[in-house]
Amino acid sequence: MITYDFLQKYWWFIMSLLGGLLVFLLFVQGGQSMINSLSRKEDEKKLLVNALGRKWEFTFTTLVTFGGAFFASFPLFYSTSFGGAYWAWMILLFCFVLQAVSYEFQSKPGNIYGVNVYRAFLFINGVLGTFILGVLVATFFTGSEFTVGKGNIAGLGTVGPVISQWQNPLHGLELFANLRNLCLGFAVLFLARTLASLFFVNRLSHEVLEKRSRKFVLFNGAPFVVFFLVFLIWTLFAEGYAVDPGTKDIYLEKMKYLHNFIDMPLVMILFLLGVVAVLYGIFQTVFSAKFKNGIWFSGAGTVVTVTMLLLVAGYNNTAFYPSSVDLQSSLTLQNSSSSEFTLSAMAVVSLFVPVVIAYIFYAWRALEKKRLSLDDLNSDGHTY
Amino acid sequence: MDLLSASAVNWSRAQFALTAGYHWLFVPLTIGLGLIMAIMETLYVKTGDEKWKFATKFWQKIFGINFAIGVATGIILEFQFGTNWSNYSWFVGDIFGAPLAIEGIFAFFMEATFISIMFFGWNRVSRKMHLASTWLVFVGASLSAFWILIANAWMQYPIGMEFNPESVRNEMNDFWAVAFSPVAYNKFLHTTFSCWAVGAAFATGISGWYLLKNRHTDFAIKSIKISAMVGLVAFVMLAVTGDGSAYHVAQKQPMKLAAMEGLYKGKEGAGLVAIGMLNPAKMVYNDDVDPYIFKIELPKLLSLLGYRNINAFVPGIADIVDGGYTLQDGTTALPFEERQARGRKAIQALADYQTVREEESDAINAGNSTAAAAAASAAANHETTLRENYAHFGYGYLENGEDLIPNVPLTFYSFHLMVMIGMYYILFFMIVLYFIYRKSMSTTRWLQYVALWSVPLAYLAGQLGWVVAEVGRQPWTIQDILPVQAAASAISAGNVKTTFIMFAVLFTGLLIAEVTIMVKQIKKGPDTTTTDEA
Repeated sequence: MITYDFLQKYWWFIMSLLGGLLVFLLFVQGGQSMINSLSRKEDEKKLLVNALGRKWEFTFTTLVTFGGAFFASFPLFYSTSFGGAYWAWMILLFCFVLQAVSYEFQSKPGNIYGVNVYRAFLFINGVLGTFILGVLVATFFTGSEFTVGKGNIAGLGTVGPVISQWQNPLHGLELFANLRNLCLGFAVLFLARTLASLFFVNRLSHEVLEKRSRKFVLFNGAPFVVFFLVFLIWTLFAEGYAVDPGTKDIYLEKMKYLHNFIDMPLVMILFLLGVVAVLYGIFQTVFSAKFKNGIWFSGAGTVVTVTMLLLVAGYNNTAFYPSSVDLQSSLTLQNSSSSEFTLSAMAVVSLFVPVVIAYIFYAWRALEKKRLSLDDLNSDGHTY
Repeated sequence: MDLLSASAVNWSRAQFALTAGYHWLFVPLTIGLGLIMAIMETLYVKTGDEKWKFATKFWQKIFGINFAIGVATGIILEFQFGTNWSNYSWFVGDIFGAPLAIEGIFAFFMEATFISIMFFGWNRVSRKMHLASTWLVFVGASLSAFWILIANAWMQYPIGMEFNPESVRNEMNDFWAVAFSPVAYNKFLHTTFSCWAVGAAFATGISGWYLLKNRHTDFAIKSIKISAMVGLVAFVMLAVTGDGSAYHVAQKQPMKLAAMEGLYKGKEGAGLVAIGMLNPAKMVYNDDVDPYIFKIELPKLLSLLGYRNINAFVPGIADIVDGGYTLQDGTTALPFEERQARGRKAIQALADYQTVREEESDAINAGNSTAAAAAASAAANHETTLRENYAHFGYGYLENGEDLIPNVPLTFYSFHLMVMIGMYYILFFMIVLYFIYRKSMSTTRWLQYVALWSVPLAYLAGQLGWVVAEVGRQPWTIQDILPVQAAASAISAGNVKTTFIMFAVLFTGLLIAEVTIMVKQIKKGPDTTTTDEA
């Protein structure tokens, strides 16, 4: 039976999955953040840029779809978080604007600012894009300072007509003062760099870069594991934002997210399997010189881990976007979702997603039949 | 009720206009060239003539440069609905979010995926697969425009929804009514043809430059052949769909039509201003100052375009504000004050509904069934009042009748200049095709100059079209339901001003780089050396 409750959970699953895919695809950003440190010569840099440049649209498109899907399925999140944490989102978007032109423009004659400026843009996008996204996702567990009053638009209340009101004048910059948020920010940054290193090991036909990339897997994998574990353990044992299923009241519950894992054993098992897959990809690549498929293990592991983590933020009577200043303003799947009609219509649309995935898979395979070498840059016609 | 500061709202409007304006510099060329290069590659696959391949690859290069910056400006637009128009996002997000999500899933992924094959697949996939990819890039870009324009059309003509006082928002109840509203359908066609028009004008102009320089003449003539045909079709269809737009605007947004024509006092058998100049001394909508310094009018045409009847009454700005004229359905138009009063009644009914629903909930929790029943009954009454007056909801946020009037000179001049450019281009492409037919295009230097220097006009027309559509519908974000001053986020003007400056500087810097890159690529011309292929 397809109920409203089912549709809300279904759409939270879709959003979680999109979130997982987005974090995996951030390997493009991770790679951008280490173009200079990983390569020594110009042709090496060019190879790295071109390897990443054939994938940047996937990350970008997933981000756009993530935004659109959130708007369609949980519009109160869209209006509350984007309109409130204004600066965090604006800086994030600014970084992605920088990225969008930098591949195409950097090697073109007449680009005015020179190749180094565009590579600096890629670096900024690589570091800030991943870090800020991590910080913003962390607020799903740590909370933000906002209130929601749907009656405001009808003149109820004393805060003016706007439904969602951010209570901190820094409008999102204050999120960077929360240590737990920073931990996830750094974890995502180093995860993206780790995945990028694994991607280079898998995709490049270049001995020197492959060797260095293997070292980078270790250099970035280690801090990733540390930051992620700190965030995870802290979150599991911290208070979480629970929803009373009867009254819909929101209250703080000790170790809420740990309880969620225990209450949803399948989610916990998949989460652990995801973590194991990420670690397996990292360890095998570091310790086995012939192992090149780390990106597939760690990539798939990332998708599963992040998806499960986001499910824990929203399922099992949990407020997925909590307000730390007014608990009852916190966003839950029930109070922030679109109507049953819209979620149903969009659920039909979502059935076509496998078709999209199929042609993305086809395109990926068609272009990646062989590993990318310097020679390919000359023969493929279009280079960055 | 305290509304948002006008400054914050205006900066948010300015930021959206800035982003949309920049976005629309790049997208039309992407879609227009998408079609032209797909046709060229089809000819290459069909004939095996390598020259078509060189031409295809050249325009693809220009396409790629444009695509990148179009994407860069596009992402900001989507997220700005949340960052700067927070109330809007909740109030209509249940309907508006769906087309944006579908655009991402269906259209943008298609475009982004096949663009990789189009650029990097020449040696990696079969010839036919590559051709299919190029077409799919064009289809993806057009589908993307389709869903975005559905969203835009819905703001101008909201249908397929019902207000839910419980959730305090409009909720979709008919997906197909939203997806295939006549306004959306016409808007998509009109906008798509404008993209083809820009692509055709651009390709013809650049080819004209090659002819002037006596370089790549074969490539240039080939490009002009295709682009002039696409251009003529596009501009003729722009006129046809423009007529459809005028009809819909007359029916759904009469104030916009009145502003487009500078029509202050309505009349039966109204003429269409062919050319005219507004009188700056006209300061108040209902004074006796003549709104025009001069005008040349085509008799009865406005009535015909707007209502399909040469004697139909076309209301002017004063009529719409003051009411009293007979609407198409036979009822009498209400004056602003009445609509404002009904709008405020609807808003108050919503507030009362919310209050008594809370009382009902408290009564239920307290076990007081009598009080709960009374509150439920009161809630039902408030809901009835709300629904009876909901058509005027947005008017409740406005202060006076003048608030209903958009910027008339900007709308008027934008509309007329756009139409003039459109007419000019129909003539231009007919002449170009005539000279192509006579095989004298390559020797007719004056026409080559005209082709080159006309390119900015095509861009200007596209920008003006959006000015008419968006300035002309002010003050509404959602027609009659939500004005801009009740739609924005609770964020200070200073914050928005800062991001406005950030994006203005960034986009301008990137535009300069884009133009210089394109100029270099054009000067370099098509590459005729790469022939290897799978």
